[in-house]
Amino acid sequence: MFDIFLDDAAALVVVLPLLISAIIAFMPSKIWPWIISLVTLVLHLVLSLHLLKEISISGLIIYEFGNWEPPWGISFKIDGVNIGLQLLFSIFVLISTFYSRKIFLSEIDSRDSGKAYSLWLLAIGSLNGIILTNDIFNLFVFLEISALASISLIALGAGQNRKALLAAFNYLIIGAIGATFYVIGVGFAYAMTGTLNMNDLVIQLAQYSDGQLAIFAGMSFMLIGLMVKAAIFPVHIWLPPAYSYAPSAVSTLLAALATKTILYFFVRLLYEVFIIYPSYLSLFLDFVLYPLSLLAIFIGTLIAIYQDDIKKLLAFSSIAQIGYITLAFSLKDHSGITSGFIHIFNHALIKGGLFMAVGYFAILYKDRVTLSSLRGFGYKYPITSFALLICGLSLIGLPLTNGFISKLYLFQALYTNQMYFSIALVAVSSALAVAYFWKIVEQMWFYEIKFKSEKEDAYIYLPIWIITVSIIFFGIYSSPIIEFSNLSADYLISGYQN
Amino acid sequence: MVGGLFIIITSQNYLKKVVGLAIFQTAVFVFFVSLAKVLDGTAPILTKMENAYSNPLPHVLILTAIVVGVATSALGLALVLQIYRNYETIEEKEIQSLELKSDK
Repeated sequence: MFDIFLDDAAALVVVLPLLISAIIAFMPSKIWPWIISLVTLVLHLVLSLHLLKEISISGLIIYEFGNWEPPWGISFKIDGVNIGLQLLFSIFVLISTFYSRKIFLSEIDSRDSGKAYSLWLLAIGSLNGIILTNDIFNLFVFLEISALASISLIALGAGQNRKALLAAFNYLIIGAIGATFYVIGVGFAYAMTGTLNMNDLVIQLAQYSDGQLAIFAGMSFMLIGLMVKAAIFPVHIWLPPAYSYAPSAVSTLLAALATKTILYFFVRLLYEVFIIYPSYLSLFLDFVLYPLSLLAIFIGTLIAIYQDDIKKLLAFSSIAQIGYITLAFSLKDHSGITSGFIHIFNHALIKGGLFMAVGYFAILYKDRVTLSSLRGFGYKYPITSFALLICGLSLIGLPLTNGFISKLYLFQALYTNQMYFSIALVAVSSALAVAYFWKIVEQMWFYEIKFKSEKEDAYIYLPIWIITVSIIFFGIYSSPIIEFSNLSADYLISGYQN
Repeated sequence: MVGGLFIIITSQNYLKKVVGLAIFQTAVFVFFVSLAKVLDGTAPILTKMENAYSNPLPHVLILTAIVVGVATSALGLALVLQIYRNYETIEEKEIQSLELKSDK
């Protein structure tokens, strides 16, 4: 019976959350929206696993909507590049939804829980669309659905702190400008080629092999638009307030996945489509993305050191971590792309775990978590604190954690490209990451205030520990992540050589 | 297009920013529709005569984009309303000074 559904698995992973989100929007109940979301996401995971099985057999799935052949119809494409990300996405949203219930209950009005989960599923469905879509205009639609859903979710934080409204409004304005820039770029590309399908775009663009001004203008608009959405320095200014004033569960979802999916599409656009203009691409990578990544790493880390608010600290460290990812992608070779994807996976786990732990502290402390408020939490809430410690060590890149694997591959990639200056800078910024994380550890464990340990909620620390264990697991046995990243790089590079 | 962007950047009033965004987006929509024009083209209706006709696809795309634009504006205005209820002003400078006071 389920075979009918499995045939359409590629579409269903996007459609199912969107559909269910409409159904649960007006449910007055406190708990049913959560249960339904959880069931939906379990199905989502099953569908993703089915896609993985199909990919391991055929290597490429192109799903045509309404049986309209590409390049006319909209199509989804699943191949080696995005299957790993799809799996990570599916698993992470399930864990974070499990985690979100108690957090939502204490941070937003329980009558709004149906609406909150409706937006939650809307964001999940559209972010998944960004991963799968093969149509540049369709991407814009998903980009905007996910942006509007996450803006509404961020604005739900207004019950805690009214600054959430300002953060959401700024995100709306800046995000909409970014998306509109992207659409201008799509307009130029469509004017020159008459196609929106990414595979067809490559073929059509080949006829302008010497390059045309309109195409370069269009490419630049698209890239700038996506850079705004992916919060690449210096167009990241919407991100820190948005992440820090959103409800904690929402910060977890956004920090771990939202920018990552857009970064993934950014890379696919660069290496699958724009690669046919090698001179333009290397100009963009060497003189725009590479210096901006270095600045992002350095400035993001420096600002993070001076933050008092923990969620803001983590948000600025996200800017730096996005810098690591774009630095890896700006290397234009196999090792660089591989290490970029490895860091996408690992950073999603690390930041997800950190935001989950801090979010739990926020509801325990019943106020914004600042450095001084964490004093003695290491003794008071040992289970969560220890998870936070492991995630933090992984963020720094200590051996036996997956952060170390990221750094190792990044250093290798930089070394093969003989970028010794960047190696030095990355090393320095890792050392600086110790500085800001040490401040947290110091507050939590190094003050002689006797606290009795209090009871912690298993519904909350269980998902945190699942993430933490996976961080250690992938730090020791890292081959799954490396294999998926290698596969992604293989697919992207093979397009490069054709 | 530039006019809308100018309003977004320079105006201090959140409401005006939303309007500026709408103007900016509309300009892009017009740009798309202008792409579709074929010289001497008619409406793309299948008739017995063979005519040159305008490309309908950009119009369809913009129909989608208009819906997205409406949703963006609606959410923006809803947020402005909530900001007004919480701060009793929608001027950026006044809100900033309020926030500075509350931080102290």
